[in-house]
Amino acid sequence: MKVWVPTILRSLLLLVLIAFLVSPDSFEPLLKPLVQPNAPAIYNQGSLLSLTLLHLRTVLIATLAATIIAVLLAILVTRPFGAEFLALSRSLVNIGQTFPPVAVLALAVPAVGFGEKPTLIALFLYGLLPIFENTLTALTNLPRSVMEAARGSGMTPFQRLIQVELPLSLPVVVAGIRLSVVISLATATIGSTVAAKTLGEVIIAGLQSNNLAFVLQGGLIVGALAVLIYDGLSAIEAMIARRTGAA
Amino acid sequence: MIEIDAITKRYDGITVVDNVSMVIEPRTVTVVVGTSGSGKTTLIRMINRLVEATEGAIRLDGEDNRSIPGYELRRRIGYAIQGHGLFPHRTVAQNIATVPGLLGWTKARTEAKVEELLTLFQLEPKTFGPRYPHELSGGQQQRVGVARALAAEPNVLLMDEPFGALDPIIRAKAQEDLLAIQKYFATTIVLVTHDMNEAFHLADKIAVMDKGRVVQYGPPAELVRAPATPFVETLIGDAERPFRLLSIAKTGAAAEPGEAEGEPIREDRSQQEALADLIWSGRDALPVISRNGAPMGRVTLDAILKRAARPR
Repeated sequence: MKVWVPTILRSLLLLVLIAFLVSPDSFEPLLKPLVQPNAPAIYNQGSLLSLTLLHLRTVLIATLAATIIAVLLAILVTRPFGAEFLALSRSLVNIGQTFPPVAVLALAVPAVGFGEKPTLIALFLYGLLPIFENTLTALTNLPRSVMEAARGSGMTPFQRLIQVELPLSLPVVVAGIRLSVVISLATATIGSTVAAKTLGEVIIAGLQSNNLAFVLQGGLIVGALAVLIYDGLSAIEAMIARRTGAA
Repeated sequence: MIEIDAITKRYDGITVVDNVSMVIEPRTVTVVVGTSGSGKTTLIRMINRLVEATEGAIRLDGEDNRSIPGYELRRRIGYAIQGHGLFPHRTVAQNIATVPGLLGWTKARTEAKVEELLTLFQLEPKTFGPRYPHELSGGQQQRVGVARALAAEPNVLLMDEPFGALDPIIRAKAQEDLLAIQKYFATTIVLVTHDMNEAFHLADKIAVMDKGRVVQYGPPAELVRAPATPFVETLIGDAERPFRLLSIAKTGAAAEPGEAEGEPIREDRSQQEALADLIWSGRDALPVISRNGAPMGRVTLDAILKRAARPR
């Protein structure tokens, strides 16, 4: 019976989130006590649903790009011809992570202008590290006997990569993507300081007009998204791991 | 036939395999024994070019093994390793179909082969084909590993301590199966082990390696009778010598006309087993029967003891 509790809680969370996004006004009584009289309790400068979708789109694009680059880079540096670049690529990716996203935004705006672009750059750089490190770990820790068997059965290096190394690394790669997505979901909010359309808009509007309800609904939507996506990717990861016999 | 011609492997100036020459006859089982670090694994890995030789050449049926790309060579040579190395993300059937897949066999031909091999290894194809390796026992995994190595009907099968991870009972069974399968496919097997019992049980010829050199290469009986170096003597073991001789000879060879009482022994059992039977049942002689149960005379304790004595 206990096994079902988390699933029920998650479905409940998803239902509440959808209900709130589709019809925010019906939640007004809940948030009303948080604001001064006359102030609006529900964000009224745009649709929460479209902001959420734009937020997700920004995160999706940035994560997709980060995944492609990070996985390709990890594959490259684990091949014999790319081994020399291992240290270099590691430090490059690490710089991407240590550089504060706010600083990236500040530097990117003069170069690419306001809007979604600087946010995508910041999220992309920030999301590289977890995916790169995880892919690298997975590719370098494959069971020795399996790799030996793959070579011994006459697979070419490319066949080994496609048929053995990548499928076996997949669960760990997905775990990296999961970390990256959650970081990006939260970080994307600051994109609104440079006029990107994200849920950060709601939070910033709340801070500017001293409206606690705005801050709360913006934060809660981002939080709920993060929890749900994290769980979803965890489930996918577990499924792949079971298939590859790792679990 | 595998001709190993003055092969040498050096890693950064350290010689791992040192000027080894030997000829492995077709359709035989050759066992390479030696301590760890003696170069035995490196030697067989040079046959399918998982390791490239520094000097010398290896010819398979007269053809230099460097005349085709390494991966193509390896598709023609079976390779089974310790801990099986099965692909965990592929089913048993898919694992066995690995090399046929690389060679581009038709689906029907591959499926027929997978079924044949599973049946041969006493794994019901319908039950085991769709399973994943982690759902099998150690012994079953090992059998699938050997089946995968044999899938493309290679003439040569290389085995690197294939039974190392198995418990003794399953190991004995796996060895019996291997001998049966070797007869069935007439494969040339080169097997590496550090287990002398295994070597004596399986080998037509044994190559003893020590510090990168083959110090003796010959039939098991020759190693016992005339060990080439003190190392070979140590490897065989002073206390084991008579039993090793008995373990490689069949009871039928020691049979003589006459009668004996009690439980008979089959002619294809080893003389070591006959001796054990004699001692355990307290008899002086055992009746010998042929494979299909016909009486073949008897084997006496004296005859066995004479055969276990130092050859003069």
